[in-house]
Amino acid sequence: MFKSFKPMLAAAALSLAVLSQGAVAAEEQFFPIPGYRVGPYGANGQSFYGGFIDYLTYVNLKDKGVNGVTLTYEECETEYNNAKGVECYERLKGKAAKSSGPVHTMSTGISYALIDKSAQDKLPLAMMGYGRTDAVDGSVFPYAFPLVTTYQMQASAIVKFIKEKLGGNLAGKKIVYLYHDSAYGKEAIIAMEAEAALNKFTLVQIPVAHPGNEQGAQWLKIRQEKPDFVVFWGWGVMNQTALKAAQKVGFPRDRMIGSWWTGSEEDVVPAGDAAKGYMAATWNVAGKEVPLIADIEKVVYGAGKGNLQDKSKIGTILYNRGVSAAVLSVEAIRKAQEKYGKGKAMTGEQVRWGLENLNITDARLKQIGATDLLPEIKTSCDNHEGSGKVKIQQWDGAKWVSVSGWIEGNKALIHPLFQASAKQYAKEKGITPRDCSKEK
Amino acid sequence: MNFFFEVLIGGLLSGVMYALVALGFVLIYKASGVFNFAQGAMVYLAALSVVGVMEWGAPLWLAVILAFTIMTLFGIATEKFVLRKLVNQPPIALFMATIGLAFFIEGLAPMVFGSEPRALELGIVDEPIPWILDNWNMVISKFDLVAAGVASLLVATLALFFQYTRIGRALRAVADDHQAALSIGIPLQNIWAIVWGVAGFVALVAGMMWGARNGVQFALTFTALKALPVLILGGFTSVPGAIVGGLIIGASEKLAEIYIPPVMQDLFGGNFGGIEGWFPYVLALLFLLVRPEGLFGERHIDRV
Repeated sequence: MFKSFKPMLAAAALSLAVLSQGAVAAEEQFFPIPGYRVGPYGANGQSFYGGFIDYLTYVNLKDKGVNGVTLTYEECETEYNNAKGVECYERLKGKAAKSSGPVHTMSTGISYALIDKSAQDKLPLAMMGYGRTDAVDGSVFPYAFPLVTTYQMQASAIVKFIKEKLGGNLAGKKIVYLYHDSAYGKEAIIAMEAEAALNKFTLVQIPVAHPGNEQGAQWLKIRQEKPDFVVFWGWGVMNQTALKAAQKVGFPRDRMIGSWWTGSEEDVVPAGDAAKGYMAATWNVAGKEVPLIADIEKVVYGAGKGNLQDKSKIGTILYNRGVSAAVLSVEAIRKAQEKYGKGKAMTGEQVRWGLENLNITDARLKQIGATDLLPEIKTSCDNHEGSGKVKIQQWDGAKWVSVSGWIEGNKALIHPLFQASAKQYAKEKGITPRDCSKEK
Repeated sequence: MNFFFEVLIGGLLSGVMYALVALGFVLIYKASGVFNFAQGAMVYLAALSVVGVMEWGAPLWLAVILAFTIMTLFGIATEKFVLRKLVNQPPIALFMATIGLAFFIEGLAPMVFGSEPRALELGIVDEPIPWILDNWNMVISKFDLVAAGVASLLVATLALFFQYTRIGRALRAVADDHQAALSIGIPLQNIWAIVWGVAGFVALVAGMMWGARNGVQFALTFTALKALPVLILGGFTSVPGAIVGGLIIGASEKLAEIYIPPVMQDLFGGNFGGIEGWFPYVLALLFLLVRPEGLFGERHIDRV
């Protein structure tokens, strides 16, 4: 009974959760978390933020914080609602004035609403796999970080994967792009069109109206089009509906590849057998085989400090994504401390610098225990993405299985699109872009 | 032409699913004259109760019985704690109360049963029927046909209930005028409790069908959005109207989704589509201009 009651109570009742055991450390690094655990996408938020907070607790328990600086946080419930997201941000930013980790909203809409505010307040906004993707160009967006990879680079990587599957040539082939008819769904169109022009395949775009719980017409159209592959950009109920509808019209699921928002356990389990064989892109792997995930379970849950009521979520794709987001956030703080003083709490401005100078190699990932959890990342002023790689995973009916190595999208094709868009944004807003050659 | 009929039949079968949700609205409206904003949330609560109880180890049949009990108790509680205080208040007060009820359910249900989306297996495969596919090259799902059968049965039962039973007639009397019904001895509280219980049952059936189709999750509350244009077309007080309205909306939105975007693209360029979200509302709006009471709704005449 009352499955999600404990974390909600914790979020509501505790104005500030100090994660350290025993005595409170002299320095504390604060994380403002405008997240969501209830509402239409509450299940996604529970896993993601559960993983995120568990890693902060893990660092406190295992290493006594970052060079002795204890990690603290406060959650504010946004319900994935833009207005509430902004309200939460405004409520938390006062507490983040002295020290602040990156802000993770897990929402493109909220991120868009905060992009100017966070720059004014000098608080770094992380948008890992969502949000405003032209913020890859850090000369225009110094405080926004679409880390690891973007919708466009992901779409490009998926096309690369399909090309390999179809024998290295896409000329004359047909790909349907089935997408949520929203800003999120439309983000990747520009990349799909560029790839279609380059690889000479036919692209058929089919939008689905929100929330996407009815797709009969779209799938009958797909049946009529007879595509080689369906690239699928869904969200929430649209994902299960698509898988069920594909089954209904007899379209093979192993010729459907989704974005990472369509590739969690929450997306496939409700579709039952209809999801078997379906593939999706991801920038982090699932499972407890990753040593860090197993160690978090041992250390954090062993100490009775775990954030999740439902331990079965540990190792799921979204839980591991939350851990990955926290790993990058903590590494940014570590990096910032190297420049601004070890053992000190870092301000948002200093953490921004850390995020912009990340260099997480496979060797470093191995040190953390996160080998292959996520790709190598190297950020800079003109590249706030830092990687552009995804893996393709396949649902075997019970778990996600990686069916590719890390695939990088076509950077030469996609990044100029970001730069052009960022340039336009700078012009509209009257922003003078930074000279990245002078940033270090 | 074959494709046209495939889309048309698919749309009609989808319309049946909308009608299932619309029926719940009609029941409450007939009995209390209020639009129940919480109907979508009730569909969610009912389906979540089934999967939640199953997760505690109960078989499907027992879970359905327990979920029905939950919905009935919920109906009785709604009458006792919400509606009883609002007898003879303007309909807008009742409507506002149902908005509050919707938020209450949407918060409480996942707190009790968990918010993660789950599968609901009813043992009906959602795959094309092979012989129709082989002979006519048309995709007709077994699941959709079962849903149509269930909806027809439900409509027939409810229509008979309203028309020929004492309680049914009492329900209609209450809907016409609370005070008049009370003055001739109709127990308003009991009637409301019964109708909310029946609406809970309809929500359970709709929740199970939609849950089996798309998974049991918060988005079940959105099914109400599909029912609104159905109600405008069919009339808020007609059970058969809900079905006919559902069929019209289902068929027209699917045909519109397939055939309108190419025309728009030819005329204006760009990429159109995804219109089935708003098309039924436009259709309903046009219909309102011609026949405000809906196809089967009661025509309201005030004598001065």
